[in-house]
Amino acid sequence: MKLDANARYAESHEWIRKEGDAFVIGISDHAQHSLGDIVFVDLPKVGAVFKAKTSFAVVESVKAAADIYLPIGGTIIAVNERLAESPELINQDCYGEGWIVRIGSDAPGDWDTLPTHEDYEKIVGTEE
Amino acid sequence: MKTTLLHLWHEAAGARFAPFAGFDMPILYPTGAVEEHRLCRRSVGLFDIDHMGQVIISGAGAGEALSGLVSSRILDMKPNQAKYGLLLNDAGGVIDDLFIYRAAYSGAEEKEDAWFVVVNAGNRETDIAYFQENLPSTISVEDVSDITYMIAVQGPRGVELLDYLSDGAVSAIPRSSMDAVTIAGIPVCIGKTGYTGEDGVEVFYDSRESLELWELLMSGAEEAGIEAGPVGLAARDSLRFEAGMPLYGHEISPSITPLEALLAWACDFNKDFVGKAALLAQKNAGLTRKLVTLNVTGGVPREGYPVLNEKGAEIGRCVAGMFCPTVGSYSANAFVAPEYAVPGTNLAVLIRGNPKDAVVVKRPLYTPVYKRENR
Repeated sequence: MKLDANARYAESHEWIRKEGDAFVIGISDHAQHSLGDIVFVDLPKVGAVFKAKTSFAVVESVKAAADIYLPIGGTIIAVNERLAESPELINQDCYGEGWIVRIGSDAPGDWDTLPTHEDYEKIVGTEE
Repeated sequence: MKTTLLHLWHEAAGARFAPFAGFDMPILYPTGAVEEHRLCRRSVGLFDIDHMGQVIISGAGAGEALSGLVSSRILDMKPNQAKYGLLLNDAGGVIDDLFIYRAAYSGAEEKEDAWFVVVNAGNRETDIAYFQENLPSTISVEDVSDITYMIAVQGPRGVELLDYLSDGAVSAIPRSSMDAVTIAGIPVCIGKTGYTGEDGVEVFYDSRESLELWELLMSGAEEAGIEAGPVGLAARDSLRFEAGMPLYGHEISPSITPLEALLAWACDFNKDFVGKAALLAQKNAGLTRKLVTLNVTGGVPREGYPVLNEKGAEIGRCVAGMFCPTVGSYSANAFVAPEYAVPGTNLAVLIRGNPKDAVVVKRPLYTPVYKRENR
């Protein structure tokens, strides 16, 4: 399982990384591997506001649809438009080109309370 | 839960399993279902489909009796010929779809009337009980599923691979026919049929050699420089879906008739068969629903999702839906009133509460290679 040491994680298998004042969010390597081939991503609209732990997007694999949750609350300031044409970027490079959204948050301090990559590795370990 | 005899091989190959028709079957391998689908369209896919059942129906008058139970015209089939057919209930609903081979015997057995029937895994018991109840007691109904192994080799280079291992014996078999050949020393029966829309074969052989032949095909492909790999049930589903072939429990079921499922071509109305009267009555009354394929924008349609008309009223449900790798579409099959079944009709599919644009398209999405003109 690949991990990004600069990111924090959620128990629902998203990663979130600080980029300047904003945060970038995607799904973990464990999540993309469990889902299998991703064939569609239902992206939110820029400007939409979501509370922490609410579903902001849906990732569809060959056999199922999975809700994706925001680890911390915020406003969508950008979505990865390339996923419309190439949803497989999430399988190929989940921490890089397969990012899903960028958000601005009123409570950036919440990020510090999220599981680190080491914590997350343990969470996945106990799941298996 | 049953498994096929290749279960350990699949496990070692890193397959993911899920229950299907009482079997723990490989759904996909580490390369993923989309790549498996593409591999089969591009070169060769190997399918472990031993969950499917095989029945031999034989005895004097077997053909005549079987003909009364299946929808298609079988009595003028030549030895070794294969034909698709349906078992129907009295209401015209589909109990199962079958592949029927007329067995070939030589010498003293020449007059023996024998038929080799391939049935769906989930319907094996139902079909066999149905045959036993509805065929005269003088006709033998023998379930040979456990002693017969079944795999499929499908894709544009599939026959080339088998030819490589059989001194060219397989390309000599005509489409929709069966013949006995030897593949690298193993006696097999090859049926030139399939469920992918590609050229290819289904192979029937002694289940004691299940693994040996499978591995010979894998190593043979490597030796011959033919790209090949295993394909799981997920890609098998998307391959058959693109090619417009029905799957029991989706496009066909005991409450769906062949007329509704666009399978009238598999019904011979010039003979008697169970369900014929109901189909004729349905024909006279006019169909109230028909199978359509929809292309959807903005989401992946799945089984059970409602289909809406332009006013937003529900007019049917998706019976299957998925991403189609070769076509590049998000498509569904659904049953709708004939007025909505015309290609070009704008409809919608309700995906997680949001209506997404859908348009009725011409079937099949992917024309099987053996049905193309100017081939």
